[in-house]
Amino acid sequence: MTTFAAAADRSPMAGMKVYNLKLGMWVFLLSAVMFFTGLIGSYVILRFAHPDHFVLPGEVLNVPLTAFNTFLLICSSVTMVKAFAAIEQGDQQGLKTWLKATIVLGAIFVGVQIWEYTLLTGEGFVPMADSYHTVGRGMPEDGPVIGGPLYGSTFYTMTGFHGAHVTIGVLCLCFTLWRATKGEYTATSHGGVEIMGLYWHFVDLVWIILFTIVYLI
Amino acid sequence: MATGEDHKAPPYMLVFVVLAVFTILEVLFAFTPLSTVVKGVGLIGMALFKALLVALYYMHLRFEPKRLWLLVVSPIPLIMILLVVVLKEY
Repeated sequence: MTTFAAAADRSPMAGMKVYNLKLGMWVFLLSAVMFFTGLIGSYVILRFAHPDHFVLPGEVLNVPLTAFNTFLLICSSVTMVKAFAAIEQGDQQGLKTWLKATIVLGAIFVGVQIWEYTLLTGEGFVPMADSYHTVGRGMPEDGPVIGGPLYGSTFYTMTGFHGAHVTIGVLCLCFTLWRATKGEYTATSHGGVEIMGLYWHFVDLVWIILFTIVYLI
Repeated sequence: MATGEDHKAPPYMLVFVVLAVFTILEVLFAFTPLSTVVKGVGLIGMALFKALLVALYYMHLRFEPKRLWLLVVSPIPLIMILLVVVLKEY
């Protein structure tokens, strides 16, 4: 069997007992775990080192809005897993419907996050040291400045990278939907849907951790 | 493509309800008048529980071969080393 033919064969590998696409996606996700661990770990360490730069939950960041956004992302995980469950049963229409729902929810998440960024930057919550002048939510513009530029730097870096992952995920979901409309996925061959689901659930999982550490602690 | 051994359908909607309830609990707990340490431990515990549910049921890790589990937990020691060694700087 040639190397190409072996790669096209989606039989589970003798060693890991999962097929190549899935193993490759898991290895990629584990590298992404290390990436986000570096970001979150840096945030935790900087917070210990410079507590004067950071403030209590809700003083700057909009927790209710982001809690709603978190709920949206959890809902999108449900729709994604429903899409996978549909194609496992050979339900092509169900696959397309649930994929569309996942795309819409993911796009709304990104949109809300961009809107949140515009609100925060308008309130002076920015990474740059010279222009940082956040006075807190609901406070008058000439109020005392709270926090410091490290807060903005770490916030935008972590949530920005996560938002980029979500955006790329939405684009990949659109590609998956396009392939689904062409009838490329069946009950016996839907590895692409499965690995897309793995990526999307990973994005949700990272946000669950990020939301807690950045917004609630 | 089969995901692994045959198994009954995972309780997706039940997991969704648990995730939603714990999200609400987290937000409420974050604004209770407890010490930062207590809140931090509680919130991280809840977040890890939610993450575990997503990994086990939505990512189907619960139904995957145990060898894949070994691969998935392999970054954990590296994460511990990264955090502990750098935290000791402060």
